[in-house]
Amino acid sequence: MRDEFVHALIALRERRSDLLFMTGDVGYLAIEALAATFGDRFINTGVAEQNMVSLAAGLAREGHLPWLYSIAPFVVLRPYEQIRTDVCLHKLPVKLVGNGGGYGYGIMGATHHALEDIGAMRVLPNMRVYVPLTASDVGQAVALMAADPLANYLRLNSVLPIPDQVAAFAPWRRLKPGRSTVVVGAGPVLANIYELADPDLLGELELWAAGTFPLEDLPRELLTSIQAKRRVVTIEEHYGAGGLGEALGQALLSQGLCPPSFTSLHAAGYPSGRYGSQRWHQEECGLAGAGLRARLQKVVRG
Amino acid sequence: MARDDQQDLGDGRLGVAAGEAGTAPDRAALAMRAFSVKKRFLAMYKRANAGHIGSALSCAELLVLLKFAWMRDEDTFILSKGHAVAALYSVLAEANILDPHLLDTFYGEGTLLPALPPVNGISEIPFATGSLGHGLSLCAGMALGAALKGRPRGFFCLTSDGELDAGSTWEAALFVAHRKLTNLVWLIDRNRIQGMGGTEEVLALEPLPDKLASFGFHVVEADGHDFASLLAAREACRKAQAAGTAPVAIIANTIKGHGIRYMQDTVASHYLPMNDAQYRQAQDELASAYGAATGRDAR
Repeated sequence: MRDEFVHALIALRERRSDLLFMTGDVGYLAIEALAATFGDRFINTGVAEQNMVSLAAGLAREGHLPWLYSIAPFVVLRPYEQIRTDVCLHKLPVKLVGNGGGYGYGIMGATHHALEDIGAMRVLPNMRVYVPLTASDVGQAVALMAADPLANYLRLNSVLPIPDQVAAFAPWRRLKPGRSTVVVGAGPVLANIYELADPDLLGELELWAAGTFPLEDLPRELLTSIQAKRRVVTIEEHYGAGGLGEALGQALLSQGLCPPSFTSLHAAGYPSGRYGSQRWHQEECGLAGAGLRARLQKVVRG
Repeated sequence: MARDDQQDLGDGRLGVAAGEAGTAPDRAALAMRAFSVKKRFLAMYKRANAGHIGSALSCAELLVLLKFAWMRDEDTFILSKGHAVAALYSVLAEANILDPHLLDTFYGEGTLLPALPPVNGISEIPFATGSLGHGLSLCAGMALGAALKGRPRGFFCLTSDGELDAGSTWEAALFVAHRKLTNLVWLIDRNRIQGMGGTEEVLALEPLPDKLASFGFHVVEADGHDFASLLAAREACRKAQAAGTAPVAIIANTIKGHGIRYMQDTVASHYLPMNDAQYRQAQDELASAYGAATGRDAR
C-alpha cells in the first residue's frame, strides 16, 4: 500500500497547494518521488516523532495540511501525547500515516509491529482512523482524508488479492453474501478468509469490511443480517483490547442487538516468543491458514 | 557561535551589557505595566486560593516586555510554561485584549480561564500548554508555516528551565537550529527551580549557554527582572535576527517568586496559595519596591 500512498499524495499535490509531507527519517527507496514533487514542502524531521507531531500541529494552525509518515508504532505511539494534546484537542487536521500496521514488518520483530494502533487512535477525540483493505482503497482513503476536517490515522498494510468485486473505499462495505455467519474485518487480514479456498466454508460467511473508526452509522443491511444470522465473527490484525471486536460489540449492544454467538479473532502478540514473517505471526494467532479455518468452522457449526 | 553583543562575566556565563537600551521613560512605563500586571494576578491567585504564584512572578517582566515593547500585532507568543498563565491572562487584560472582569472567574466553575491555558478559547493563546516540552515544537511549526507562506511574522516561545529535561524540547531545538528559524525567539525562564527541587540538583542543565550554543543558537543572557537588561537583550536579539545566521535563545536569569521575600527562590512558591497576611505582605512588598524604584507612592 505504500507505493499507492505515495502516488495518491503526488496526485493530490497537483490539486492542493497546502499539502506538506513530513517523515520521521524513514521511506528509503519508497518516498523519493514525494521529495522530488514536494520540494521545500517535503520535510524530514529526523528521528524525532514527538517534535514532528507538534510541528505539524503548529503548521496546521498556520493553514497547512501536513501528512506525517513513519513506521506505524513510531508515528502513533511514540508521540501519543502530542497527538492527543496538540492535534486532537485543538481539532487540527493533521494526517498520520503508519506503514506496517499489525505484523506488517514481519521478521523485524515486536518493536516494529503495531497491534494496538487502532485502539490507541480510536479513543482520541476529533480523530478518525482509515483502514484500507485493497491497494486501490489507498488512493480513495487519501482523498477522503484530505477532505476530512478531523485528524486522521491511515493504517497501511500488505495487500492480498480479493476475488470478489470490491466497491470503492467506504466506512462499510459488504464483500459477499453468506448463509449462516456475519464476518466483519478490518484491513487486509480479511482476505485471508478467501485464501483458505474453501468454497463450503466461504459460502457460509457474509463478509463485511469496516474501513473507518470510530464505527459510525452501521448500515441497516448489516444489522438485519446480524439479527437474522445471530452469529458474528470479527477479524483484525490487532489486539482484542481496543480493536474492532470491542468496537462492534459495543455498537451492536447500543442498537439493542446481542447476537448469541460473537467471536473476536485478533492478534495475540507473541505467544511462543518466536519470530517470523507477517504471515507466520498471523498463523500463530489463528488469523491465517489452518488455524483460521478451524476457528471459522467452529463458529459455523455452532 | 557568534556571541558578540555580550560580555564575558568570567564565570562561564554570558551577559548582555545592561543599562544602554531603552530610554528611562520606556523603562518606567514597562515597570508600571509590570506592577499593574502583578497586582492583577496576585488578586487572581488570592481570590482563587491557588498556587503557581512563583511561576508567574518569575516571568512577569518577560511577558510585559514581549507584549508592550517587542511583539507586533501579527506576532505570536506561546507560553510553553503554561503554569504561569495567570500572568499571561493579566497581561492580556492589561492590553485590553481580555475583559478584565474575566480575571475574576479564574479557577471558578465554568470559567474560560483555567489554571493552565485553555484549548482554542483565546485567540492570543494558540495552544493549550503546560504539558511541558511541547511549546518550542508548536512555535517552530507555526514559524515554519509562516515562513513557507512568505509572511514576515515573529514567533516567541517562553519555556521554563525545568522543561529542558524533556527530550522533545531538544528535538525542537535541533530542528529550529537546523532550519535556521530566525523568525523564532526562544526565551528561557531560568529560575533554577523545578517541581521537586533545584534544576541543578534534579537534573543538571549547566553549562546551559554552552549547550544552546553548541546546538546552533545565538545565545543572549539577561536579567529577567530588569528592563534595562531585557531591552538590551531585545536589541542583541534583533541584531542577530537581522544577520540571519542563527536563531536566538535568550536565557533570562530570574528568581522564582521574585519580589516577595517569603516566596523568593523557593519550591513552595510553585504550589502554595497565600493566606490573608501573606497576601497583604505580597502587596506591600511589591508596592514598596515599585515606589522605591520610581519615587512614586504605589499604595
